[in-house]
Amino acid sequence: MLKPSSKAASVSFEGVTKIYGTEVKAVDDISVDIAAGTLVTLLGPSGCGKTTTLRMIAGLEMPTSGKIKIGDTDVTTLPATERDVSMVFQSYALFPHMNVLENVSYGLKFSGFNKSETRDRALSGLEIVGLAGYGDRLPSELSGGQQQRVAVARALVLEPQVLLFDEPLSNLDAKLRRKVREDIREIQQNLGLTVVYVTHDQEEALAVSDRIIVMNNAVIAQDGTPRELYEAPASRFVADFIGEANILSCEISKISGKLADVVTGSYKLKLPSRDLKPGNAFLGVRPNRVEIGKPGSKNTLSGEIIRRTYVGNHLEFTVKTEVAELFSTTTDVDAPYEVGDKVSVNFAAKGPVLLSH
Amino acid sequence: MTLAETSRLESKVTHPTLVLWLIVGWVGFALLPWYGLEDGILSFEWLLDGYPFEDDYAPALFLGLQGQKLWLMPLALFLAMPLLAIGKSRSDESYGKILVIAGALGFGWLILQGFSIGIRGWNFEWLNQLFGELGDRQFGMGSGAMLVASAFLFIFTQGIAARGAVNGDIFVVGAIGFVVAIVTTFVFYPIANMLASAFITEENTYSIRVFFDKFTDRRLWGLSCITAGGRCGAAWNSLFLAILVGIITTGLGLAFALAVTRTNMRFKQALRALTVLPIITPPFVIGLAIILLFGLSGSVTVFISDLLGIQPTRWVYGLPGILIAQTLAFTPIAFLVLIGVVEGVSPSMEEAAQTLRANRWNTFRTVSWPLMRPGIANAFLLGFIESMADFGNPLVLGGNYDVLSTEIFFAIVGAQYDQGRAAVLAIVLLGFTLAAFWAQRFWLGKKSYTTMTGKGDSGIHPHLPRAMAVPVFTIAAVWTLFTIIIYCMIIYGSFVELWGINNSLTFKHYITAFSVRLDAEGIRWTGSAWNSFWTTIQIAGIAAPLTAIVGLITAYLLTRQNFAGKNAFEFGTMLSFAIPGTVIGVSYILAFNVPPIEITGTGIILVVSFIFRNMPVGVRAGIASMSQLDKSLDESSLTLGANSWQTFLKVILPLLRPAILAALVYSFVRAMTAISAVIFLVSAEYDMATSYIIGRVENNDYGLAIAYSTTLIFVMLAVVGAMQFLVGRAKIGRRLDQSRTNV
Repeated sequence: MLKPSSKAASVSFEGVTKIYGTEVKAVDDISVDIAAGTLVTLLGPSGCGKTTTLRMIAGLEMPTSGKIKIGDTDVTTLPATERDVSMVFQSYALFPHMNVLENVSYGLKFSGFNKSETRDRALSGLEIVGLAGYGDRLPSELSGGQQQRVAVARALVLEPQVLLFDEPLSNLDAKLRRKVREDIREIQQNLGLTVVYVTHDQEEALAVSDRIIVMNNAVIAQDGTPRELYEAPASRFVADFIGEANILSCEISKISGKLADVVTGSYKLKLPSRDLKPGNAFLGVRPNRVEIGKPGSKNTLSGEIIRRTYVGNHLEFTVKTEVAELFSTTTDVDAPYEVGDKVSVNFAAKGPVLLSH
Repeated sequence: MTLAETSRLESKVTHPTLVLWLIVGWVGFALLPWYGLEDGILSFEWLLDGYPFEDDYAPALFLGLQGQKLWLMPLALFLAMPLLAIGKSRSDESYGKILVIAGALGFGWLILQGFSIGIRGWNFEWLNQLFGELGDRQFGMGSGAMLVASAFLFIFTQGIAARGAVNGDIFVVGAIGFVVAIVTTFVFYPIANMLASAFITEENTYSIRVFFDKFTDRRLWGLSCITAGGRCGAAWNSLFLAILVGIITTGLGLAFALAVTRTNMRFKQALRALTVLPIITPPFVIGLAIILLFGLSGSVTVFISDLLGIQPTRWVYGLPGILIAQTLAFTPIAFLVLIGVVEGVSPSMEEAAQTLRANRWNTFRTVSWPLMRPGIANAFLLGFIESMADFGNPLVLGGNYDVLSTEIFFAIVGAQYDQGRAAVLAIVLLGFTLAAFWAQRFWLGKKSYTTMTGKGDSGIHPHLPRAMAVPVFTIAAVWTLFTIIIYCMIIYGSFVELWGINNSLTFKHYITAFSVRLDAEGIRWTGSAWNSFWTTIQIAGIAAPLTAIVGLITAYLLTRQNFAGKNAFEFGTMLSFAIPGTVIGVSYILAFNVPPIEITGTGIILVVSFIFRNMPVGVRAGIASMSQLDKSLDESSLTLGANSWQTFLKVILPLLRPAILAALVYSFVRAMTAISAVIFLVSAEYDMATSYIIGRVENNDYGLAIAYSTTLIFVMLAVVGAMQFLVGRAKIGRRLDQSRTNV
């Protein structure tokens, strides 16, 4: 069996910019540090630069300016072959003319292992991903999930300093996706690997990551733990991109210390100011933090239920209020509100956050 | 019963398609001249010349009423039979049965009488003995017979559709029947006919000995070039040449493809533009340029002999010349195939190898190369087939090096006039090309790894290792330079008075070929080339839309429909690609010189030969773009109430406009540059540009030939350019590769 990796290394970007052609900025002046032994996700909509960032770590793209370090080594100008990094591709990129064992042994052959060592390591790699005994098959004879695991094994057996995943789950069906992502997380934790993982699926990112780096338009929008991102998104973009959020316009009437007095419609709140100035701002509230009550309660928004959807383990409401239509979910599937009912709406204590534009 | 159901039932009882084809059948039988007319149906002279009673112009019905050609009369019975079905519902069992029986019997009878009774009465001796002398004869079928034949065909297909074939889809069954019928008539029948004529003795009887005598001829299989310094047989020569050309063009094509995709070379667009050259260049023009350079009075030959003080020789005539000319002509084709192969290797495979610590050389050796191998074999086979089928270059440059394609020609047109020998040679040639075709489809088809899945596979191809990049680049550069020189020679040569003897510049050749005079009667086309030029434009212009239609319908059936025997259908329609032009030419004059289909010497035979020579191009263009259209488009149209013909017309065709245009232009251009089949089929009235040029070359009138060729190249460049402009270029979404700085 493979041992927990002592080789896992940190990755750091210092002011890295990547320009395609003459003006298309794919990555714009990014600086980030990824600690050894952690799983960090690059998350963002398509075209945000996350895959380019990943490929620069792999050495498949070279930055236009800036510096990339893996561990203590400056690898900025090293090609992929000479970096101690391996990658699991979105399409898996299994070599169709080699069987599973040959695929997994491929990198080992170029790493100075002798024949029996290569074989032993490849076989134990297959064992880790649960494919012992599949060595003689061709990739075309495997299911999508199995192919994916071969791709992981192939990258894993090299014990790289950094292991990269480029949207590894996008070609799998929904049920398998959950299973494979749990497997990846387990292997990463057991072996103590440094993993950089690219996805555009926010749920996947929340589930597997130690840390998430949200990218938008070639820059980092926010960098934090899954909980920080979900509960305290830094901007409107992040709030909207991660999970569902109600975004309302509001006004900050007064700042006192770290707290701000906020008004939206007839609803007054005191919230952490997050360094905002008095004036117009936005309020982000997760649907599960939007509470519905009897009409006429004090300091609430009044509204009317315009949609009610039963989805098994919870109820979804859309409430039309004086400021906006709010989307609310509750696990109380017996909540007594029907379409057309007049209600009041308030936000749970830790719910709303102020957002800049 | 709802309103919709009622109307649906009613429409089942009217059968507009059946009524239409019955009308067509009866028009053909009772109104149009049954036999082919010398001046063609469109001259309408026949209307004033004793129609409908004059024998030559009479419809079958009037012939019968006058007591002549009574064997045509049963057709009336078969045409009347479907009338019984008209009142019936489609779901009625007897409806389908009647149509199938009437169609099959009518079509069968038509063929039977056509083959039994020819220009000299009964065609077969045993019929003479059985029925006695006929005392009558018949000519090739004309417009009337054609309409009746199509009526029977479509009545038959409607019958089997009614009985449930292909979900009872009338249009699809009809289209399949149509394609099968025409491919059988114009591809399989002539080939089969030619095979049979290889067994015919001089006394007009069949004998297997004749075949073996001719097959084992020393001129075909002799090996004395190895054993005794003599000449080898044409079969060995062709095989040896084709293998050499296959290897060299594949090597060069691969070097080019690698240079374009995997080095940071400039001028990539210019290199890609070179691929258009073989499309617009008549095949033998390269041969002419080789003569200008290396012939007895060629520039290079003269220069070298002056330099070294040696006697100039005719060394280029023979294997070296053909080899150079074919390599030049076919390398762009190999390049075109291989660039698809080289680009088709998924870049993420190569990137994966790199992240797995393989260096550039190991990546190429262990991943890129094995994945390309099947495609490379494919390019080799293509070069092999092209070389085997090439006729123009061996004719111009062959010297004493006999190859099959030219031997066939000389067996037919030369002093020896030996149909049997031509047929045997054609069979041998066909055997080689079919074997290559078979290998390409069934052996390689299973081994190909290069697929465009359309799944997010964004990556960039790694650059070649330096040790390979340098030779690849050098080869590409030298070859490009050589090609440019060749084409400059062609243009320059067209202005030279008499190459090697009088090198002064002149417009003389262009004036001889293309002079125009304006006088009282308007423009007079006095140049000697105008006649063949306009004929070529006309024939190519008629053939192009027909080729596109047949090709697209076939592509539609192959990509969109499932039916029994689809694989055989596909093989049959693509087969004509593997049949060399000379073989088509020989088989056409053997098959269509006599009734029932008598079209040699007409423009029709040229049009028909172009349609079936170029059909695979149309089919492929259609398949390529149709498989990009999602099937759900058709299905949504069908569920919205359109039938498959309306779907084809309103949904598929509009989306295929680029493919249609491409098929049109390519079949037009290929028809203009073709020579191998054409040279057998031209007549004094219908002379084509290419055969006219070959005629000039045989008279040693190189100036005119080259001037004419240059003109053709520019005409076709304009046509292809106009199309490129109209269609634009398809792009494959890959990461921008210019940005690459390393690796």
